[in-house]
Amino acid sequence: MTGLATAHSVVDPSPLTKRIAATVVIAYALVTLVPLLWIVMTGFKSPSDAIAYPPKIVAEPTLEGYCNLFTTRSRQAPEYMAKLPPPSGLCDRISRDRNMVIAGPSNYIPRYVNSLVIAFGSTALSIVLGTLAAYAFSRFKVPLKDDLLFFILSTRMMPPIAVAIPIYLMYRELGLSDTRLGMILLYTSVNISLAVWLLKGFMDEIPREYEEAAMVDGYTRLQAFFKVVLPQATTGIVATAIFCLIFAWNEYAFAVLLTSGTAQTAPPFIPIIIGEGGQDWPAVAAGTTLFLIPIVVFTVLLRKHLLRGITFGAVRK
Amino acid sequence: MAEIRIENLVKQFGGFAAVRGTSFTIADGEFFCLLGPSGCGKTTTLRMIAGLELPTSGTIRLGAEDVTFRRARERDIAMVFQLFALYPHMNVRKNMAFPLVSMGVAKAEIRRRVEEAARILRIDHLIDRPVSGLSSGDRQRVALGRAIVREPKAFLMDEPLGALDAEFRHIMCGELRALHDRLKATTVFVTHDQLEAMSMADKIAVMNRGVVEQLGTPQEIYDRPATMFVADFIGSPAMNFIRFEARLTVGSSRVSIDGAEIGLPELREDAEASELVLGVRPEQVALTTEGGLRGEVFGTEYLGTTQIVTIATAHGMVKARVPAAVRVDRAEPVGLSFRAERLSLFDAATGRAIRTALYEQPARGGRHG
Repeated sequence: MTGLATAHSVVDPSPLTKRIAATVVIAYALVTLVPLLWIVMTGFKSPSDAIAYPPKIVAEPTLEGYCNLFTTRSRQAPEYMAKLPPPSGLCDRISRDRNMVIAGPSNYIPRYVNSLVIAFGSTALSIVLGTLAAYAFSRFKVPLKDDLLFFILSTRMMPPIAVAIPIYLMYRELGLSDTRLGMILLYTSVNISLAVWLLKGFMDEIPREYEEAAMVDGYTRLQAFFKVVLPQATTGIVATAIFCLIFAWNEYAFAVLLTSGTAQTAPPFIPIIIGEGGQDWPAVAAGTTLFLIPIVVFTVLLRKHLLRGITFGAVRK
Repeated sequence: MAEIRIENLVKQFGGFAAVRGTSFTIADGEFFCLLGPSGCGKTTTLRMIAGLELPTSGTIRLGAEDVTFRRARERDIAMVFQLFALYPHMNVRKNMAFPLVSMGVAKAEIRRRVEEAARILRIDHLIDRPVSGLSSGDRQRVALGRAIVREPKAFLMDEPLGALDAEFRHIMCGELRALHDRLKATTVFVTHDQLEAMSMADKIAVMNRGVVEQLGTPQEIYDRPATMFVADFIGSPAMNFIRFEARLTVGSSRVSIDGAEIGLPELREDAEASELVLGVRPEQVALTTEGGLRGEVFGTEYLGTTQIVTIATAHGMVKARVPAAVRVDRAEPVGLSFRAERLSLFDAATGRAIRTALYEQPARGGRHG
């Protein structure tokens, strides 16, 4: 039989094809990584290096951007500076080199915390509501089921920002403007259609027999849902959660429009970090770099589920 | 353990009647088969017994209790599903313990009962394995184990062997029957496979289009089919049907088809219709050189000890099961003779069997006789 083994398999791509495919994928990854790399590098440049022309690829690294991100500073007269005690830390020293003293913390951390609360809060809410709704749509006879599902999907048929003005007015009347609760509700309402549709697909894939077996074995439907259905929907739930989180985390337009003070998220805050004489690009880049971390961590931690979730159904026997 | 009594069970799905007035009683400790083609209502009937489907009308009694509208979890019935429905996120032990956990059984007791069930089913070496790696036969055993640990009033099985390959199905048939003989639990088994039903059941209900066509022991159903549907559905190859026209009255025991005199079991009622159907099982056909119905050999299928000979006659193809040693050639003219006392007679219009002496004979053999 071994003599009959063919030189190439009918289904597996040849080594050459594989090599070409790998090259293309790596090249594409590099191209998309360049802006990201540029942002990370800019975060470690000094303000003058950051706006130098021609652009400096290699510059002397400094933490000035990160210091500026977390602090507000004020320029002082040289006499005043001379009278100060020695600098107490790295950022203190860096700002004194620029003839400035640290006046206090910046708003970056409160904005970042707002982002975390709002993004994770709305994701959690979307998943809870979406899972329950998807289960109901998948298992029960819901009157007007198809119309309801279409109605839910129709909220995605225009860009959400198209309803910005009504929402703005509504939120002002309801007192939800510039509140975390308002933003959580808003992002949930945008994400829930995605969550219901994605999760319904996953629920449909779980055979009813599992719950029926549990119900015959003495469990209520709710117990069967938690003990049997949910554990099997984990993959779908994780994949959906990542999509919801990415949207809520990155959302910019509504955040600009509806938040200004207490509930402002990081996206509208980061680009307007002003340094001396205009935009403080290293601080902006530093803020962006830190802003990327939660999504990267979340996605990497759950990537196994994400991959399986996206290809779910396609590879089932 | 308990008897199950079904009365006038009806299930409508919108305008479609899946089950139309089914009634039967399953005795305590009986192995009962619901047999029929797909869409005949057998699974719907089973699901109503389980409480996974509520009947449109009718009653279901479990022992002395009326459970018609009880929830599934309140019925104390165990069910084995076609695709086993083992929870993939639990190992074998947890799967089998799952029903006991809901009953609030003490941990030590759960452990004892699960291990005992595993031993009976010979899966004790797999007990801490995840279910995902198991072969389909072992999955089947785990599903059975999950049912038997509960010691429920009855077992319901929805085509539990359907997902197994042919060889294994045969083994499991034997195991299931042995398990039943050991536990003596009332069992309702749904299948579309007549061989499974014939080899395991004490009683079979043959269903078609939402009604029970015949209820009886495997021997009764095979030897004395109540309708043409049952006659056709049971047996492989199927019963030969020879259509003819005649006026038959009480007491007659012969019929002439195209000049051939064919003996019948004595009629116990007048055949109202003139268009009748003679039902002949292939093993009741003998090839002769003279007389009887004539035809020529169309083809043969060799089956080892026997062979199936297909004969083209003026009344269509007739299959005969004859010893493999008999030599027949294609296109050879042959005569057919039938075993008169074993033939069935049907009304062609209604498909009902006409009452004859056949239905007074005791059934041959029997599982326990």
